[in-house]
Amino acid sequence: MNTGLQLKDWPLWEVFVRSKQGLEHKHCGSLHASDAAHALQMARDVYTRRQEGVSIWVVPSQLITASAPDDKDLMFEPAADKIYRHPTFYDIPDEVGHM
Amino acid sequence: MYTQSLNVQDPLGQRAAPKPLSLENAEAQKRFDARIDADGKIEPQDWMPEAYRKTLIRQISQHAHSEIVGMLPEGNWISRAPSLKRKAILIAKVQDEGGHGLYLYSAAETLGQGRDQMLADLHSGKAKYSSIFNYPTLTWADVGVVGWLVDGAAIMNQIPLCRCSYGPYARAMIRVCKEESFHQRQGYEALLVMMQGTAEQKAMVQDAVNRFWWKCLAMFGPPDTNSPHSEQAMRWGIKRISNDDLRQKFVDATVPQAKVLGVTLPDPDLKWNEERQHYDYGQIDWDEFWNTVNGNGPCNKERLATRVKAHNDGQWVRDAALAYARKHQSTPRKAAA
Repeated sequence: MNTGLQLKDWPLWEVFVRSKQGLEHKHCGSLHASDAAHALQMARDVYTRRQEGVSIWVVPSQLITASAPDDKDLMFEPAADKIYRHPTFYDIPDEVGHM
Repeated sequence: MYTQSLNVQDPLGQRAAPKPLSLENAEAQKRFDARIDADGKIEPQDWMPEAYRKTLIRQISQHAHSEIVGMLPEGNWISRAPSLKRKAILIAKVQDEGGHGLYLYSAAETLGQGRDQMLADLHSGKAKYSSIFNYPTLTWADVGVVGWLVDGAAIMNQIPLCRCSYGPYARAMIRVCKEESFHQRQGYEALLVMMQGTAEQKAMVQDAVNRFWWKCLAMFGPPDTNSPHSEQAMRWGIKRISNDDLRQKFVDATVPQAKVLGVTLPDPDLKWNEERQHYDYGQIDWDEFWNTVNGNGPCNKERLATRVKAHNDGQWVRDAALAYARKHQSTPRKAAA
């Protein structure tokens, strides 16, 4: 993969592991490796020594765009007062049963 | 595997004077304190006081170094393990230690400390690692005792760190603790087998216990009365249980295990205290501990030299991998599935 990165040292990769078929890949850590194939090999050795996974993704850490902690209120706070988005907001008579 | 002589401080003279709080930071500091007080987690991109960051970098990197250097005393026995089974177990354990080092280096890197810098500090002798690894593993029984007692002490220390306020460190610790239990059990079981052997084998186990017991007690760090930085670490939610409390937990847990194994812990003062509901134990030789921390233990030089040699001998591999990656950088690869 051409990451467009200037290679000086082994770059940092983020590792995502699918623990079993049917579940999503979950971030589990990071490591240094020279290229993608190398990163996969290292991820296997570092993060799946005890059958923790059936599939691995590796992504160059530099290519991840993250939201800034300072924007937390701006991004997520507006959802806090929209309680009508949750099913528990609505009172339904007991006799209706599970809905 | 790990320990507490983690977070060993620099000598007084080398410490920077505390910086005054700027007004701009006062608000951020308040938010940070509130989150710590609420037992919340701090993540890499969050604002944190410089001292918190520095303390964590020092502690996590010392912890990582301990895992890596900790591979050496056991690696020493891989080629001489008494059976193929024990050899496979030992290789798996040593590989785990390498993995633990990597989890921890990664956690430290999230604080802005480069991997290269951490390795350079280890190799130059500037950074500390657990002094327990500066003692030799003279017999096969030592390998069992390292698993049972050294890893046992490490587990005691690491379990509270799973609740550390710094997210990446806590997550690394959860992973480490899951794997560490195998380390302790394999060591204890190897000793159980030896204790069913000849008188010579039993004596070998007792000798190993005699040599390691006090060093393991020292792994929990200086007594609370002489541990000036513990209070701040507690305040920050980095440290959850004091050195002496952890040490007591370790002693209380280990005494019955020693009984089952059939060995004597080398402390004439070790006895149950009905009033305290704990075991009392004797005086730890702190002069010896500090002497080893400060570089004068039996294996300090050898461990560091071995580590530096391994790093240097691997340089051509790292260079070759990088050269290969550069050469293929423009070659398209299969996309992830």
